[in-house]
Amino acid sequence: MSELKKITYREALKAGIREALLNDDRVFLMGEDVGRYGGAFAVSKSLLEEFGEDRIMDVPLSESGFVGAGIGASLAGMKPIVEVMTVNFGLLPMDQIVNNAATLLHMSGGQLNVPVVIRMSCGIGKQLAAQHSHSWEPLFAHIPGLVVVSVGTHEDARGMLHTALEHPDPVIIFEYTSMLNLEAEIQIDAGHTDISRAKVRREGKDISIITYGIGVYKALEAAKRLSEQGIDAEVIDLRVLRPLDEDCFIKSVSKTHRALLVEEAWASVNISSEVSARIMENAFYELDAPVKRLGGSEVPIPYPLHLENASVPQVEDIENAVIKILRP
Amino acid sequence: MKNKNNLDPEKAEKLLFQMLLMRKFEEKSAELYTKEKIRGFLHLYIGEEAVATGIIQALKPEDYILATYREHAHALARGVDAGVIMAEMYGKQEGCSRGRGGSMHLFDKEKNFFGGNAIVSGHLPLATGMALASKKLKRDNITVCFFGEGAAAEGEFHEALNLASLWKVPVLFVCENNLYAMGTALRYTHAVQEIEKKGPAYGIESKAVDGMDLLKLMEAANKAVEQVRSSGEPYLLVCNTYRFRAHSMFDAELYRDKTEVEKWKKRDPIPKFRKYLLKENLISEAKVQELEKRLNTEIQKAVDLAEAGTWEAKEELTRFVYSENPVS
Amino acid sequence: MTDFLMPSLGADMEAGTLVQWKKKPGDQLTPGDIIAEVETQKGLIEIEIFEAGILESYLIEEGDKVPVGSPMARLRPEGSSKKTPETHPIQEKSQASKPLAAISEKTPSESSSSQKKTSEEIPRIKISPLARSIAEKNGIDLSSITGSGEGGAIIKADVEKAMVAKAGEPAGKETREAPSTAKTIPQESIRTAVAAAMSRSNREIPHYYLEKRIDMLAAMTWLQEVNRQRKISERLLPVVLFIKAVAKALESSPELNGIWDNGLQIQNQVNIGFVISLRAGGLLVPAIRDADLKSPEEIMAVLNELIPRARALKLRSSELSDSTITITSLGENGADKVFGVIYPPQVAIVGFGSIINEAVVHEGMLAIRPVVHVSLAGDHRATDGLSGSRFLEALNNNLQNPNAL
Repeated sequence: MSELKKITYREALKAGIREALLNDDRVFLMGEDVGRYGGAFAVSKSLLEEFGEDRIMDVPLSESGFVGAGIGASLAGMKPIVEVMTVNFGLLPMDQIVNNAATLLHMSGGQLNVPVVIRMSCGIGKQLAAQHSHSWEPLFAHIPGLVVVSVGTHEDARGMLHTALEHPDPVIIFEYTSMLNLEAEIQIDAGHTDISRAKVRREGKDISIITYGIGVYKALEAAKRLSEQGIDAEVIDLRVLRPLDEDCFIKSVSKTHRALLVEEAWASVNISSEVSARIMENAFYELDAPVKRLGGSEVPIPYPLHLENASVPQVEDIENAVIKILRP
Repeated sequence: MKNKNNLDPEKAEKLLFQMLLMRKFEEKSAELYTKEKIRGFLHLYIGEEAVATGIIQALKPEDYILATYREHAHALARGVDAGVIMAEMYGKQEGCSRGRGGSMHLFDKEKNFFGGNAIVSGHLPLATGMALASKKLKRDNITVCFFGEGAAAEGEFHEALNLASLWKVPVLFVCENNLYAMGTALRYTHAVQEIEKKGPAYGIESKAVDGMDLLKLMEAANKAVEQVRSSGEPYLLVCNTYRFRAHSMFDAELYRDKTEVEKWKKRDPIPKFRKYLLKENLISEAKVQELEKRLNTEIQKAVDLAEAGTWEAKEELTRFVYSENPVS
Repeated sequence: MTDFLMPSLGADMEAGTLVQWKKKPGDQLTPGDIIAEVETQKGLIEIEIFEAGILESYLIEEGDKVPVGSPMARLRPEGSSKKTPETHPIQEKSQASKPLAAISEKTPSESSSSQKKTSEEIPRIKISPLARSIAEKNGIDLSSITGSGEGGAIIKADVEKAMVAKAGEPAGKETREAPSTAKTIPQESIRTAVAAAMSRSNREIPHYYLEKRIDMLAAMTWLQEVNRQRKISERLLPVVLFIKAVAKALESSPELNGIWDNGLQIQNQVNIGFVISLRAGGLLVPAIRDADLKSPEEIMAVLNELIPRARALKLRSSELSDSTITITSLGENGADKVFGVIYPPQVAIVGFGSIINEAVVHEGMLAIRPVVHVSLAGDHRATDGLSGSRFLEALNNNLQNPNAL
C-alpha cells in the first residue's frame, strides 16, 4: 500500500515541472513571469533559484514569438515546456500552434517532429469577466496533429507533464486556475498519467456522466449526492480531448445506457458535441434515453459572481439533469 | 586559383549552373502548371535567384535553413534533387515531402532544409527557437531564415527579432525585398521603407545589399554568416531584389507597370554573372554551352522522375498527423 | 501538329476570353513569346507559349470565351511536317464530362417517392434504441406497450415487462395452430422483469406506509361456518375475503385504484393483482378482474384456476398487465407483517401478514384473538396518508362484516 499525501493542485503541477527539469537537461520552462515573479499563479515559484535562467526563462509579452520559438527549439532537439499564462492569450499564438506545431509533421511527409509541450491555465471561477474566463479546449481539440489534454484531478496535475514531454508530437495541457488552491490526497507514487486514455473516476451502473477539467470534481460530488437517492452514476474523466478515447466512454454508455455530458465550454460545438456524435455513431442501439448535455451558457462570461456561477454547470445542475433523465 | 571575389573556376561554374537550373526549373514548372501537372499555388522566384544562391553558398551543411513558399531555388541551392522537388510539385510520393506539401512546402530534414513555410512571417519565431536550441545544446551551427518584405509588417517579425536579440542566438534573418507583398507595393505597406532600419531598433546589426548582384550578395552573406557564427548573435541582411514573374500563376499584374518590370529585367542577375565570369576568364563560352545542355538533361530527368512517380495510396491519407512511434 | 490550349493559371480559373491574338498564322514562335491576351476574372493576362514552332491557324476568334483546356490555336512544332492534329486528352476529358450533367437533371426518381410513401404509413413509435433492439430480438409487439420514459417513450424496462407478459400468453397469434406448444416464461426473464419493475418503483415512487391490526375473529368464524357446508374443493380461503374486502373498500377510496402517468389516473375497473410466489423464485402478479363485482365464491374459483396456471408459467399477457392495485398475502405460517413495493404504474399495494393469535383489548378486556396486520404502501405523488388511513378503516369494517361481502 502506498502512502497518501495531501497536496494542492498548484503543488502537484509544480512537482511535475520540477521532476521534468531534473529528469532531462533538454527540458526548460519558458513563459511570461515564470521566473522572477514565480509564475502568474505561483506554480513555478522558486524554480528559477533552483534551476537558473537557462532553464526557467522569463519571456516578453509576445505569445506568437515565444510559442513559435518553443516550437522551433523542439524541432532542433530541445524539450520546451512553454507556458501561455492563460488560455485567454492563447489566441495570439494560435497561428504558431495550428500552422506550425500541428502541421509540420504532416506537411513534411513525416520528417519533422514537434515535441513541444504548451501549458495554458484555463477556465472561469475568479470573477475575471469576459476576456479572462475562457474555456477554449474545444478550439484546440478541433485541430488534428495536436494532443490536447485536460488536468481534471490532482493525480493528473502531478503525473501528466512527464508523459506529455515523452510524446513526440505537440501536447497542449489545460490547467484550471480555479482549482489551484484545492487540496486533495494523492498517492505519493501515483505515477505518470497515460495521456492516451480517459479514466473512469467513479464506477456506476445507472448513467454515465462524461466530463473533463473542472467538471470532474463537480460530477463526482453530484454522483455522491445522487447515490443517496439510489442513483448509481458512473463518472468519466475524458482527460485527453484529442484524440478522444472513444472506447472508454462507449463501453461505459453500453453498460449504463444513458449519458450526461458536462463541460464549461460554450455548449454549441464543444467537446460534448463530439462525444455525443460518437455515442450516436457507435452506441446508438445501447441508448435507453437521449444523450443530454450540460455546457456553458452562450454568453461572454459576466463579472458578477452570481451570473458567473449561472453561466457554467454547477453540481446541482448535474444532479438535477441526471434525475430528469432517470425519472422523466 | 581564386580571383579577388574568392572565386575559382570550379565554384564559378557551380554557381552559374545553380542559377541557370533555378531559372530553367521554374520556367518548366510554369509550363507544367498551365498543363495542370502542377496545381495549387505556384510562386516563382525568377529574377531573385542571386539571393538564395549568394546566401546558401556561405553556409555549412549543418546550418538550418527556413524559407518561404517561394522556395524552389533555395531547395535546389541546398542540394535537394530537382527531380524530388518536381515530384513534390506533382504531388507524388517520391517528392521530398511525400507529395503532401507541394510547391509551397518543400522539406528535407537530412539537408537541414526546414521548408517551405506559407504563413507569411510564421516561420520567423521558429528560426529564433531553432537558434535558441543550437545555443542551449552548444552546437556551432547557425539558422538562416528567408522572408519577404511583406513579412516585416507582421507582428511575428518584430517578436522574433526582439527575442533573438534578447536571447543572443545565432540566426541570420534574410529579407528578400522584392518590393511587392503579393500585389501591394512596399510604399503602401511600410511607413519606413528601408527594412534594414528595423533591425537596429532591436539591437540587431543590419545591412542592405543589391539583391540582383551575386558577387555583392556573396560578399555580404559571407560576412553576415561569419559574424553570426562567431558572435552567436542575430543579424539582418536585406536583399533588394525583384521578381520578374507574377506573384503566383493566376495574377493579371494590375498593380505594377510593365516598364518597371522591363527596367528590372535589365538587371537580371544571371546574364550579369555569366558576363562577369566570361570577362574574368572563370568560364569559357564552350563551357557555358555545355552547361545549357546539361541543364536540359537535368530538367528532363526531373520531369521524368515526377511523371514516373507514384501516388500515395488513399488508405495512407491519415498518416503523419501523429507520429507513428508514439514514444520518442 | 499540336493544339495550343487555353492554359490553366489557377485552380479557380475555369475559362478565359480571348481578347487579342499577339501572333499571326505563319509567325515563328519561341518559348516565352506572348501568343495572346486573355481576360479572366482577375483581369487581363498575357498568355505565354512554352513550345517552339509555327502558328498554323487560329481555332477561336477574339471575343470567344472558352473553358480551360480548349484548343485556341493549331501549332506546327519545330521540325515537323503537316500531320493530322492530335486529340488532346484534356479535350476528351471536357467532352466526357457533358453526359454527367444530363444524368443529374433526371433526379427525383420514382423509387424514392414510393419509399417516402411507405415510411409515412408506418406509425412512429417513440422508443429508445436499446429498447427497440431488445424488443426486436425477442419478438415483442411495440404497439401494445405503454412507454414510461421521457415523453412516454418506451424504454428497456417497459419492453422487459412486455416480455414477461408475452411469455405468459398460452397461445399468441403465432401459436394458435399448435396450442399445446404454448411458450413458458423463462425463469430468468421473470427475475429480470421483477428486478426492473421493483428497481423502477424504488427509484421513482415515493412510498408512504400505513399499518393497521385487524381483528379476524368475525371473519374466521364466518369462514368456518360457510366452509363446513362445502366440499373441500369448494372451500373458501381467508385470502378471498381479503381480496373482496379490499375491492369493496376501494369504493370509498377510489384514488388508490389507479395508475400514475404524469398524474394520477383513477381506474373504473377494480382489477386486483394477486402476488403469486413461484417455487423457483420470482413472482407473478395476475389480475383478478372486476373483483368488486365478483362474489367470494367467484373469486375463489378464479384463484383456483389462476394459481396452478401461474405456477406453470402459463398466463395471458392481459392477466399480467391489467391490475389496478396489488395485494400481497403471506398466507399461513409466514411473517407477521409485510410492506409491499408498489408495482408501477399502480399507486398502491396492500400487504396481509399471516393470521396470528395476539393478545388484544376487546371490549375493555384483554383477550387472545386471531388478528392480521395489514399494511398499505401508497404512492405519495398520487395520494397521502389520509386516503390510506380511510381505506384501511373501510377494510377493517368490511372484514368485521363478512356477511356483507
